[in-house]
Amino acid sequence: MSDLSQETEARPVPFRGGGFRPVAKAGTGVVVFVLLLALVEWGTRAGWISNLTLPRPSDVAVTLIDMARSGMLWTHVAPSLSRLVIGSAMGISAGIGVGVLIGLFSHVRAGLIPLVAALFPIPKIALLPLFVIWFGIDEASKYALIALGTFTPTVVATYGAVDNVDRTLIRMGQSFGLSWLSIVRKIVLPGALPGILSGLRVSVAIGIILLVAAEMLGAEYGIGAYILQAGSLYDLERLFAGVVILSALGVLTSWGIGRLEMRLLRWRS
Amino acid sequence: MELNVQSLTHRYGDVPVLQDVSLTIASGEILCIVGPSGCGKSTLLRLIGGLERPDVGRILQRGDAPEGCLNPLTYVFQDFALLPWRTVAGNVSLVLEDHGIRGGAADAIINDVLDRTKLRDFRAALPRQLSGGMKQRVAIARALVVDPAVMLLDEPLSALDAQTRDLLMEDLVALWSRQPFTAVYVTHNLAEAVRLGHRIAVLSRRPGQLREVLDVDVPLAERRPGDPRLEALQAQLWQVMKDEAAAADQELLHV
Ligand SMILES: Nc1ncnc2c1ncn2[C@@H]1O[C@H](COP(=O)(O)OP(=O)(O)OP(=O)(O)O)[C@@H](O)[C@H]1O
Ligand SMILES: [Mg+2]
Repeated sequence: MSDLSQETEARPVPFRGGGFRPVAKAGTGVVVFVLLLALVEWGTRAGWISNLTLPRPSDVAVTLIDMARSGMLWTHVAPSLSRLVIGSAMGISAGIGVGVLIGLFSHVRAGLIPLVAALFPIPKIALLPLFVIWFGIDEASKYALIALGTFTPTVVATYGAVDNVDRTLIRMGQSFGLSWLSIVRKIVLPGALPGILSGLRVSVAIGIILLVAAEMLGAEYGIGAYILQAGSLYDLERLFAGVVILSALGVLTSWGIGRLEMRLLRWRS
Repeated sequence: MELNVQSLTHRYGDVPVLQDVSLTIASGEILCIVGPSGCGKSTLLRLIGGLERPDVGRILQRGDAPEGCLNPLTYVFQDFALLPWRTVAGNVSLVLEDHGIRGGAADAIINDVLDRTKLRDFRAALPRQLSGGMKQRVAIARALVVDPAVMLLDEPLSALDAQTRDLLMEDLVALWSRQPFTAVYVTHNLAEAVRLGHRIAVLSRRPGQLREVLDVDVPLAERRPGDPRLEALQAQLWQVMKDEAAAADQELLHV
């Protein structure tokens, strides 16, 4: 036995446990972004990307800086932001409310789930003319569009989250004689919060899409109106400047929700 | 408080789970319920605690709950059922809040119960930071804080390793010796049953029927692991259960 172990050579056990656990590596996203921009910049300068296909990134940056200097940036961003905030606040709060009711009451569930299923797949942009007739051409119709667009995904995410709350915890609450309201407030809502927050990401992204659509169809100021103008003049620098602002808005809201999750869901492992 | 279980019969759909079970749980007594897996122990406990309604039979409570009791029939669950978003103290105060006990009064009660369950240093910890044994201590603290008339424990120690189980059994005995409580203790572990039970009820395989009720004559505080009287009793219990357990095991294969 000992002879054998001396003769045969000892090898370390090979490691087989790696992978399948993606972690966010800080800065990688920025590197990808910068590389892509550098590639486009190089292409447009060298000429293998025509000016009619893509604008030069540096020109887009100059356009953005000019906008910021002249104050036009804020003139367009401010109304868009207020539309997004007001519209999605209405839609999301109504959505969470209705979603919780669907999650808690059988009658509400039976009555509203088909309705939500019918509303969800309608492209909300198609309803804009109707909303203009109902609410006028001003802000109200834009709020309504964004509110409806954020409402349905929030409802679906919320009642799914309420359904997924650990039933043993609810049983526990009942076994201790907690009041119905306490069970909802202290067990159901905190338990549903992770699902509601991840639904929020989807809802807000849909809100941004609808914001732009609504502004394209009738607004003097706003990022959507700005992009539409630039597009009809075939001003690619300004068009892309608008797109950059939208992406920044998307990144910003997603970051904000991420922060919210970190604060509210610290209890998760 | 004394509990009186009168000829309970219960079925889930076509499956009869309990068949004519009658039991009495005297005040200040720990009754252990043992039986093969799937014989309806958890169901029996849910019926006793009023979380489900029996098909036939009834459960009567005699006598008043102690002064200051917030929840006469109080559970301790096998999987702890702690709220993961609340700290240890927050979990313990959950029921107090519903009775309007807050601030200094609540703190005094919580501190007392955390002392009794050796959790004082873990007040501010979240459940995910705790070991299994600690989590079950928190669940026991949460049950004690309401001053229950009867504690209903459903395999409270089966998720824990053997050493932790031994420690927690000693803690339960110490708690009972300090202030006797009434308890129904469901387990499939015969060593736990002979260590903690004043009486042990044996259920048959599904549908659960009462096979036997054994008395354990050794006082709770004198029981030690390896005590020959307890080991004899445990062997006797195993004799009663062995065939049932084997049959129950076979049964699952046919379902
Ligand atoms: N809510 C339910 N609906 C339908 N069947 C159920 C339900 N709860 C339990 N059962 C069935 O009733 C039987 C008894 O279940 P119970 O959980 O009471 O057994 P147990 O003795 O606690 O088993 P274990 O030792 O596995 O904990 C099982 O066959 C189970 O599948
Ligand atoms: Mg069970």
